[in-house]
Amino acid sequence: MLLIPCPHCGPRAQTEFSYERTVDSVVQPGGDPTEAMEHLFTRANPRGPDEEIWRHTYGCRAWLIMTRHRATHAIEAMRAVGPEALP
Amino acid sequence: MSRYSALGLLRGVFNGQSHWQPAWRDPEPKPNYDVIIIGGGGHGLATAYYLASVHGIRNVAVLEKGWIGGGNTGRNTTLVRSNYRLPQLHNFFEFGLKMWERLSDELNYNIMFSPRGALMLGHSDSDMVRLAERGDAMRVNDIDAELLSRDQVAKLEPLLDMSREARFPIEGGLIQRRGGTARHDAVAWGYARAADQLGVDIIQKCEVTGFLRQGDAVVGVETTRGAIGAGRVGICVAGHSGHVAAMAGLKLPVESQTLQALVTEGVKPMINGVIMSQSLHCYISQSDKGGIVMGGDPDNWPSYAQRGQPMVTEGAIAQAIALVPALSRLRMLRTWAGVTDMSFDGSPIIGTTPVPNLFLNGGWCYGGFKATPASGWTYAHTLATGTPHELNAPFDLDRFRRGDTIDENGVGPMPNHR
Ligand SMILES: Cc1cc2nc3c(=O)[nH]c(=O)nc-3n(C[C@H](O)[C@H](O)[C@H](O)COP(=O)(O)OP(=O)(O)OC[C@H]3O[C@@H](n4cnc5c(N)ncnc54)[C@H](O)[C@@H]3O)c2cc1C
Repeated sequence: MLLIPCPHCGPRAQTEFSYERTVDSVVQPGGDPTEAMEHLFTRANPRGPDEEIWRHTYGCRAWLIMTRHRATHAIEAMRAVGPEALP
Repeated sequence: MSRYSALGLLRGVFNGQSHWQPAWRDPEPKPNYDVIIIGGGGHGLATAYYLASVHGIRNVAVLEKGWIGGGNTGRNTTLVRSNYRLPQLHNFFEFGLKMWERLSDELNYNIMFSPRGALMLGHSDSDMVRLAERGDAMRVNDIDAELLSRDQVAKLEPLLDMSREARFPIEGGLIQRRGGTARHDAVAWGYARAADQLGVDIIQKCEVTGFLRQGDAVVGVETTRGAIGAGRVGICVAGHSGHVAAMAGLKLPVESQTLQALVTEGVKPMINGVIMSQSLHCYISQSDKGGIVMGGDPDNWPSYAQRGQPMVTEGAIAQAIALVPALSRLRMLRTWAGVTDMSFDGSPIIGTTPVPNLFLNGGWCYGGFKATPASGWTYAHTLATGTPHELNAPFDLDRFRRGDTIDENGVGPMPNHR
């Protein structure tokens, strides 16, 4: 289980969090349809670090962006976001 | 290499079992092959076997980074069935189920296929409606499915909690009597031995690290044992599809997640068939050694670590105990995990790619073991002829762009909500 450093609440057990999707899968409103399809239906899915959107669902309920290594699970960065900060 | 037979075993009694030979060679890679398959799981080995046996293409190598069957083939809970609602899926899996029925004979290897019945439980009126719908969809295509009443279910599996106070009350079920289990390792070994006998090179400890290109086309692979040329290359790496395809510049509709399973200590027969559920994601069967094999939800977040979280196994165990309370008395022997290739409509991808000479077999989610023979058969056809077999034509990579997804559960493009 991961110990996830919530920027608002400090280190908390993974059971309090839910994974939502990767940052590269966020669809821009009004964007190009081909690009939207790519965001919806494909993932880089690297065997290395990727940026992911998580939520501290059973804690402060804030959305967070986690940079995490997919094979070692090392959390390289964790940042708080509001809707305006989403890519 | 000699055939396995009862007479051979008997002969062994008199020669101290000294006649046993390795079941396949351990060859050095040749500089060139007609076809290279990346990934020595059941699917890759089956593909090589059907390339050699059906299409006469014997200059074939299967490259495996570890040992054959060490991926999801050797980690799954071995359920085999074809009880899908959508015709593309049940036609494909039914073709496979018919192959399972004669696979031990075909391979001269006991894969221990055991059609003990695959039962899906219904816990509410709406569950029963959905099960009836699924059963009807199967039956109109001549696939066996039988809707069961509460009493019939209770008779089949006497240890189920049939009380009205049960956490998940049981209203009835849908059974596919021809479904069951098979021995996963034996499937990999049986295909490996049969393919090797036809001249296929099975090369273990050989990781593919890149593709050789000529213009757009793939003309071979870079490996940890040197470069190897190939006329055609087939990716067949399940959970590793994403990063292997990325080496050829492809971005796939696949996310790699963890799926876990567990087994208890061995006990006397207590679970007769395979128990699944329409509403829960928990499945239970008993291995031939007596261990109760259970599985549940995927871990629901991307990972290549091949180890899972206890809280997910705990969820599966809680559901299993609610269904079969007697399970609470058993001790758990071990848990394990595999990297599953979750596709974006829950269905596999078998076919060509935009890269000339490069083919893809992946996106099996947590249900590809049962597909092994059909996957090998159709992928071999696609690799040999350059065009898909009619059974895998619907499962092409382009379907996502066309909006032609095969979404059994109707949940949309979310790999973690299957
Ligand atoms: C816990 C669990 C339970 C499951 N239960 C069931 C079930 O009950 N029924 C069912 O039908 N399915 C089930 N599945 C799914 C099923 O196991 C898989 O879909 C199926 O085994 C995939 O077979 P495969 O041959 O494609 O992949 P694998 O057996 O994973 O083989 C792929 C191989 O590719 C190799 N490889 C990867 N990268 C490279 C590289 N770069 N170079 C060379 N080789 C490489 C790997 O080492 C691996 O051996 C389950 C899966 C898991 C994890």
